[in-house]
Amino acid sequence: MASRRKFLIRAGIGTGLLFGTAYCLPIRRKIAEQVNVTESPYIGSTDDPKIWFEVTPDNQVLLHSPKMEMGQGVFTGLAQIAADELEISIEQMKVVHASTASGNIDPFATGGSTSINSLWQPLRELAATMRVMLINAAAQQLGVAASGLSTLNGVISGGGKSITYGEVAAAVTEWEIPDTPALKDPKNYKYIGKPTPRVDLLDKVTGAPIYGMDAEMPGMLYGSVARSGGLDTEFVGVDTSAAEGMPGVVKIIVEDDFVGVVADSYVNAENAKQKLKVTWKQNRKWDDFDVEAAIMVGQGKPIEVQKEGSAEKMLQDGEEGVIRSEYFSPIGAHAQIEPNGCLAFVEDDKVTIKMSTQVADYTRKEVGSRLGMSKDEVVIEPTFLGGGFGRRLHTPNAVQAAVMSKAVGKPVKCYFTRQEEFQNDTFRPPTHNVLKAKLTADGKIDAISHDISSGDVMHGSPLLPGVLQKIIGADLGAWRGGMIQYHGIPNYRAVSWRVKLPFATSWWRSLGLLANTFAVESFMDELAEQAGKDPISFRLEHLTESKADVRLAKVIARAAEEANYRNEAVDGRAMGFACSTDVNTPCAHVAEVSVVDGKIKVHKVTCVMDPGLVINPDQVRAQCEGSIIMGMSAVMFEKMTVEDNALYPIIYGAYEMALMRDAPKEINVVLLENNDYPGGVGEPPLGPIGAAVANAVYRITKERVRRIPLRV
Amino acid sequence: MPTTFKLNGKQATTSAAPASPLLWAIRDDLGLKGTKFGCGKAACGACTLHVDGKAVRSCSYPVKLVEGKEVTTIEGLGTEDNLHPVQQAWKEEIVPQCGYCQPGFMMATAAMLNEIPEPTDEDIDRNIVNVCRCGTYYRMRKAIHRAAELSKGEKE
Repeated sequence: MASRRKFLIRAGIGTGLLFGTAYCLPIRRKIAEQVNVTESPYIGSTDDPKIWFEVTPDNQVLLHSPKMEMGQGVFTGLAQIAADELEISIEQMKVVHASTASGNIDPFATGGSTSINSLWQPLRELAATMRVMLINAAAQQLGVAASGLSTLNGVISGGGKSITYGEVAAAVTEWEIPDTPALKDPKNYKYIGKPTPRVDLLDKVTGAPIYGMDAEMPGMLYGSVARSGGLDTEFVGVDTSAAEGMPGVVKIIVEDDFVGVVADSYVNAENAKQKLKVTWKQNRKWDDFDVEAAIMVGQGKPIEVQKEGSAEKMLQDGEEGVIRSEYFSPIGAHAQIEPNGCLAFVEDDKVTIKMSTQVADYTRKEVGSRLGMSKDEVVIEPTFLGGGFGRRLHTPNAVQAAVMSKAVGKPVKCYFTRQEEFQNDTFRPPTHNVLKAKLTADGKIDAISHDISSGDVMHGSPLLPGVLQKIIGADLGAWRGGMIQYHGIPNYRAVSWRVKLPFATSWWRSLGLLANTFAVESFMDELAEQAGKDPISFRLEHLTESKADVRLAKVIARAAEEANYRNEAVDGRAMGFACSTDVNTPCAHVAEVSVVDGKIKVHKVTCVMDPGLVINPDQVRAQCEGSIIMGMSAVMFEKMTVEDNALYPIIYGAYEMALMRDAPKEINVVLLENNDYPGGVGEPPLGPIGAAVANAVYRITKERVRRIPLRV
Repeated sequence: MPTTFKLNGKQATTSAAPASPLLWAIRDDLGLKGTKFGCGKAACGACTLHVDGKAVRSCSYPVKLVEGKEVTTIEGLGTEDNLHPVQQAWKEEIVPQCGYCQPGFMMATAAMLNEIPEPTDEDIDRNIVNVCRCGTYYRMRKAIHRAAELSKGEKE
């Protein structure tokens, strides 16, 4: 029988990795190896079932989720898991975002494809425990032995009597929490593993006001903050005189680090902001070539994240037979459609915040610290997110809205404009990847090395304090996907180079995976060609018998089979193959591509993914489809450019993205389940798409494209 | 001067400045939040609604232009108990992920189906040009074809 507190101390790549094991350099490499094969821990604030679940008199169960619903379908997955262990129907299960006042707080974040993976065990234990609590309470209320009671669809029956969960809960004054009971036999699952429709579907097809942007409070005002569009600038001062007389202006607030306008409407606040004369001090001038020069491998500080054999020596400059290629990816914007924002109301002893955030706990700390209050005095009521993708791991609007609310004594809602979103994003950093390899006489890889130069992803983030950055060494986010995953190669090496850039870079869905897999998997095709081998068998012959390699091999073989992979272009259409393993989920794509009038067109993508145990096959498919299209958008179209010290473009359209016309008309997703634990699904399918498209393009044009966005 | 128009079949009046965007009058003055703000420059389509049955990007559409006209938002397209064929199709195909852009897409689709009851893939590519960051286009295309089928069934 599992101990009830087990999930709080489960070690994994989070706490265990950060605090427990990482003290010397070889150990850092051990960590790196573990990242792709270890379960994430859940390090939440409470294991009390009655804080997680609320049984209502109408016999519904509310699950107060510490994880945010940002489109990934986590509410539906959690509902399925909990409904099964609670023995209620999915219609009786309602999932809501836990207010931080509830005490159910995730001290880290919603992200990294970890929600289902980390909550799979604890949530089942919590739900099963809650069910026993209800049975025990019913036994007392009915005067029947608990052992004689059974549960079905929220009704407890036995001894000729029956009572609903809602009736039981209404009569309980104090719950007793038992030890964790045995969990349900998987063969009795009603919802887990089934394609249950999303629980938020009706709200989302009827336009219900569920997002941060939709939140309101009585007497609410609108705030607007002036931000520098320029890079590497500091706020010096502001002349507010012209703005003060503008219609609807309530107050102009000048702080050390920002200036905000509060007005009676969004339009009036924005119009008044345009009249502020803000002076910024520019530290140095940046242009695109400065960024490209800064990002080249060989600058900054290298850290070896993977080492087997003597790849470094074998691939030194001047060694004979070294094949070398380099790849580039640009600055990427999140471009989520709901702008970052916040509604805050500061009262004497309490701050109430409604917003879309991936980091409720961090947001409340940040607001508390700015206002000189404790984090417990700041209550975050999270809303649905109009897209996350890592953008809402940073919530500057919360502090700004709170400061403005305090200044006017009323609730203030404050949002980024789209231009501010594009210019003040926490971007996906640009990257430069250098790959080198040497083949044996019979066309196998003897040695391979991967140098990854990237701006910060996890480093520099408030979520990863400096001391931990020192312990871990290289930026886990920047080299995600950069490890050599063909463990049958006798000599391999990966090196991460850290580059400081003059703009904020951070988490962008799948982090380094997109650019790093593009580089590694493009290079694998280049090597296969040099070796005179088929790219599928070439990949397979460099895998071992380890569990991770076998799972990857199965995904590779199945994708090739499913797509009827062929090397030759037929009628102008060619196939490209690529694969990767991320967060313990191997995934392979075959992209079917043509080039018409100098434009790449993706007709079909075959995706085979093995996320282990699947909770909801329909929503896992949805994540694959969405990742493929978002990934295509990033590798085929998107690019931010530094011009005259600012980032451009500042609007959709000019920031080219995949639209309906660009999405493949066919996406065939096949799910394998070669692990009995659920792995991540929200990011792994982004990995291979860039190289799959690039490898197909090469088969048509015979010219290797090594730069994102792909241009022919 | 206030602007008076029909909003989802009911008389509505807003005192928003005549040149200010319709979007904010609908969202903040009249309280209907289904029409979304995405960019403010008519570039993403999240704010799409209907003016006299035609799709309009309300973030860049002055309030004064709806005087005396009929405005329909997602709230007026259908209701939970009586979904419009487009909403029904969206539900059947489980299109939304984050869902934020979806009202704009559904409004754009409903307007297109008024003009082109049985759109081809090319019609869809040409007419549905909103932005979805979650990448739901693949399911959306299926849902648009399904909505056309459902609408046809309703008319027959």
